[in-house]
Amino acid sequence: MSATLATVSYIGATILFILSLGGLSNPETSRRGNLYGIIGMAIAVLATVFGPRVTPAGYAWIIAAMVVGASIGLYAARIVRMTQMPELVALMHSLVGLAAMLVGFANYIDPAAAGVFEGAEKTIHELEIYIGVLIGAVTFSGSVIAFGKLSAKISGKPVLLPGRHWLNLIGLLVVIGFGWRFINTHAVTDGMTPLVVMTVIALLFGIHMVMAIGGADMPVVISMLNSYSGWAAAATGFMLSNDLLIVTGALVGSSGAILSYIMCRAMNRHFISVIAGGFGTEGGKPAASGAQPAGEVAPISAAETAELLREAKNVIIVPGYGMAVAQAQHAVYEITKFLREKGVNVRFGIHPVAGRMPGHMNVLLAEAKVPYDIVLEMDELNEDFPDTDVAMVIGANDIVNPSAQEDPASPIAGMPVLEVWKAKTSIVMKRSMASGYAGVDNPLFYKDNNRMLFGDAKKMLDEVLAALKA
Amino acid sequence: MSQVIGVPRETAAGEKRVATVPEVVEKLAKLGFRVAVQSGAGDAANFSDDAYRTAGAEIAADAAALWRAADIVFKVRAPAADEVGLMREGQTLIAFIWPAQNPELLRQLAAKKATVLAIDALPRMLSRAQKMDALTSMASISGYRAVIEAAHAFGRFFNGQVTAAGKIPPAKVFIAGAGVAGLSAIGTAVGLGAIVRANDTRAEVADQVVSMGGEFVKVEYEEEGAGGGGYAKVMSEGFQQAQREMYARQAREVDIIITTALIPGKPAPRLITADMVKSMKPGSVIVDMAAEQGGNCELTETGKAVVKHGVTIVGYTDLASRLAKQSSTLYATNLFRLAEELCKTKDGVINVNMEDDALRGLTVIKQGSITWPPPPLRLPAPPAASARPAAPPPAPKGHAHGAAAAPASARSMAIMFAVAAALFWFIGAHAPAAFLAHFTVFVLACFVGYMVVWNVTPALHTPLMSVTNAISSIIAIGALVQIAPPLAAGTGIDRPEAWIRWLAVAGIGLTAINMFGGFAVTQRMLQMFRK
Repeated sequence: MSATLATVSYIGATILFILSLGGLSNPETSRRGNLYGIIGMAIAVLATVFGPRVTPAGYAWIIAAMVVGASIGLYAARIVRMTQMPELVALMHSLVGLAAMLVGFANYIDPAAAGVFEGAEKTIHELEIYIGVLIGAVTFSGSVIAFGKLSAKISGKPVLLPGRHWLNLIGLLVVIGFGWRFINTHAVTDGMTPLVVMTVIALLFGIHMVMAIGGADMPVVISMLNSYSGWAAAATGFMLSNDLLIVTGALVGSSGAILSYIMCRAMNRHFISVIAGGFGTEGGKPAASGAQPAGEVAPISAAETAELLREAKNVIIVPGYGMAVAQAQHAVYEITKFLREKGVNVRFGIHPVAGRMPGHMNVLLAEAKVPYDIVLEMDELNEDFPDTDVAMVIGANDIVNPSAQEDPASPIAGMPVLEVWKAKTSIVMKRSMASGYAGVDNPLFYKDNNRMLFGDAKKMLDEVLAALKA
Repeated sequence: MSQVIGVPRETAAGEKRVATVPEVVEKLAKLGFRVAVQSGAGDAANFSDDAYRTAGAEIAADAAALWRAADIVFKVRAPAADEVGLMREGQTLIAFIWPAQNPELLRQLAAKKATVLAIDALPRMLSRAQKMDALTSMASISGYRAVIEAAHAFGRFFNGQVTAAGKIPPAKVFIAGAGVAGLSAIGTAVGLGAIVRANDTRAEVADQVVSMGGEFVKVEYEEEGAGGGGYAKVMSEGFQQAQREMYARQAREVDIIITTALIPGKPAPRLITADMVKSMKPGSVIVDMAAEQGGNCELTETGKAVVKHGVTIVGYTDLASRLAKQSSTLYATNLFRLAEELCKTKDGVINVNMEDDALRGLTVIKQGSITWPPPPLRLPAPPAASARPAAPPPAPKGHAHGAAAAPASARSMAIMFAVAAALFWFIGAHAPAAFLAHFTVFVLACFVGYMVVWNVTPALHTPLMSVTNAISSIIAIGALVQIAPPLAAGTGIDRPEAWIRWLAVAGIGLTAINMFGGFAVTQRMLQMFRK
């Protein structure tokens, strides 16, 4: 295959990738979008392998590596449970980061790649390697920690070192200093030390950054790492002078950046403050804000819940991470199905940051066969709560906290929330009265029209379903 | 020793309600009380003695036996003279008492050294008290029944129909007063298919009227002479004049008028004059829910339905009692909630805690001393929400991204452009041409990504992340081109082949996991999305 043909193939792959992302604008076209992505990737890989830059001597290696990787990937994709999606995605981000690191190192020690550059071009090339490895390393270690946190191998609580901002700043200065040394060296062996030192610092920085972020901010972290993996690919593209890598990296990078932005906006927080540390760390003590909600909490039994649901005309279900933890999505679907057959208008209200990654709840509900046209965004149904008979909150807390609107002193003040308290009755399913990740007490629990259904979400929903069918 | 709650048979003529129902007897028993019910107490509301017995109540043969056994008496109506005679010293009575209207009764009860809780004296503005608010639950039933009585007396359908036998216009219903009873009447009449209009002097209830499906009729009154000392009075006179005109106009137009206007402690306002009745169409109906307080209509006869000038005027005072089963059940539940408040320890012994605002308001006689009227309610400081307007809607912060966010301010835009311009100048001044070609592609791709991704529906954010993740394994190309590049023969460059190859092979393997796994899991997810 000639160089021009390879280039044209790259353009085709680029277009297919753009179409792939565009296809996700709608569930109906999304499957085709994924197909476009697959075809684009196949074209890109084949055009490279059979293109001018790979000689047949490498085929065996490539096929071997591909087969091993493909079998691991396909196996993981098959066995992963939908509740584990955030972990899987985090793990995959780490692979991209690691690959970017390896490619950067390989490129640096390859004299055939570096030898052709002179002067400013050489400086830029080395800078590209440096930045590529830097982003790759941060993505790698950050994603590994995010994976650990999401799979509960590491505590979800923010770990805050004293003077952590200073540590980061010192790290940054050291990285810049070594970067200066790196681009001013001439021999590969001389440059190796700064590159390795920088890599270690970048790895530590990635660990430190994600360790300091609390569980509720995970949607931001995941999309941010998604973005980084894109920028890592783009940096590699600059390093190799490969436009396909640049374009694809930029697509992925901006996609992740937009998702991070959407997630931050859904929490009414600045990206910087999310990255800088967990919720409630500003005031030292998380819960000490404003007046403590007073009043009594009215518990309700599963049978009474079923009674309320049976009498209702309009029901809105607000799922949260608790539903994922309890694996309750199938029980939710059974109840939804039963009520819909009875003519009850059941809908789902999804807060943008519900769960541990963007769109997490939608995937879980889709897995449980809930039709996507009754799964709505917060903005689509927030006005409908006054006409709703029963609003059922399953394992969510901060996203339905009225103090976000009512108490300007609250740490979550100004965060858009689902206004479940405006429904005629709201039922909150929760294991205990513990506060959510934000560490803020929730006045919703004390409202007169609110009832608490204590217990494991799955178990309680099964009981509700049994009572409904009885 | 747990106390006995006694439920006597109501003695007032025509009163069909009963103060507790079998379902609630069970709940009272769970609070630790014993319940005694007079034989036949629930007959008129279709609750048999057997039903009470099954629920765990004891049946007392007659009133005397019941009043003797009971420590606490639940009643609907205020006790009659002979019932007061049956009372024991120290007994507790819970019923509608209307202490303002019945000072003599209050004195008699006090003489019995009783403790009396008047359910009508509940401080209704306490949100905690709503579950005990029997006035509301009774008014709601009365409103419903008023419409049913009107429909009964009205000679036509409520809903409009087009039938083979001709077109039937829908009935027009006007409801004066949009309190609990009025709103309930609106809902019921709308449910039957009528066109419903309503008016209330409190303009703020207009939204509630509309929410029930009614149309709010404003009093067309030009406010004049704004400000000034006599403003309120002048306005009220002019307002009343305008209100009369509005009622007169409605009387000519509508088929059914239901009036619910009451002023606490005063005779009901006269809203419908004899002339207005005359102007109504023959066969029209007026239901006067204020009949007990003298009636909103001049021609109302309390307790009766009469036909005057061809208009049926219903002046029943027992509308709630006419739905005895329903109203008994709700009333019994209200009293049960009160019992819960009285007996927080759930040991079957009540404690009339005068420190509790709700209980203090309810208690009109405490162990023989009259405690009515209660001191003005010490309302807790209004919650933050009502004290100030709700927090302003969160303004989108940060950069203006796409159509979903408001445009950023001119200043921040200017700063952004300045920074971008400086950055571009720096790059343009130093970077070689080859780099700029790539840089162009990069910047444009960022924008394409930005445009495309904004269209992604939030429901698909997880598939978006997994597909972009799969696509980012394009980095494999970086590893592919390093594995065995065509080297110009004889250049003699010393290339660390083994190192590069192993790094590249590892890179390919890792990205292959990502590539195949990412697309496969995306496909798996997307297949689950269904309509």
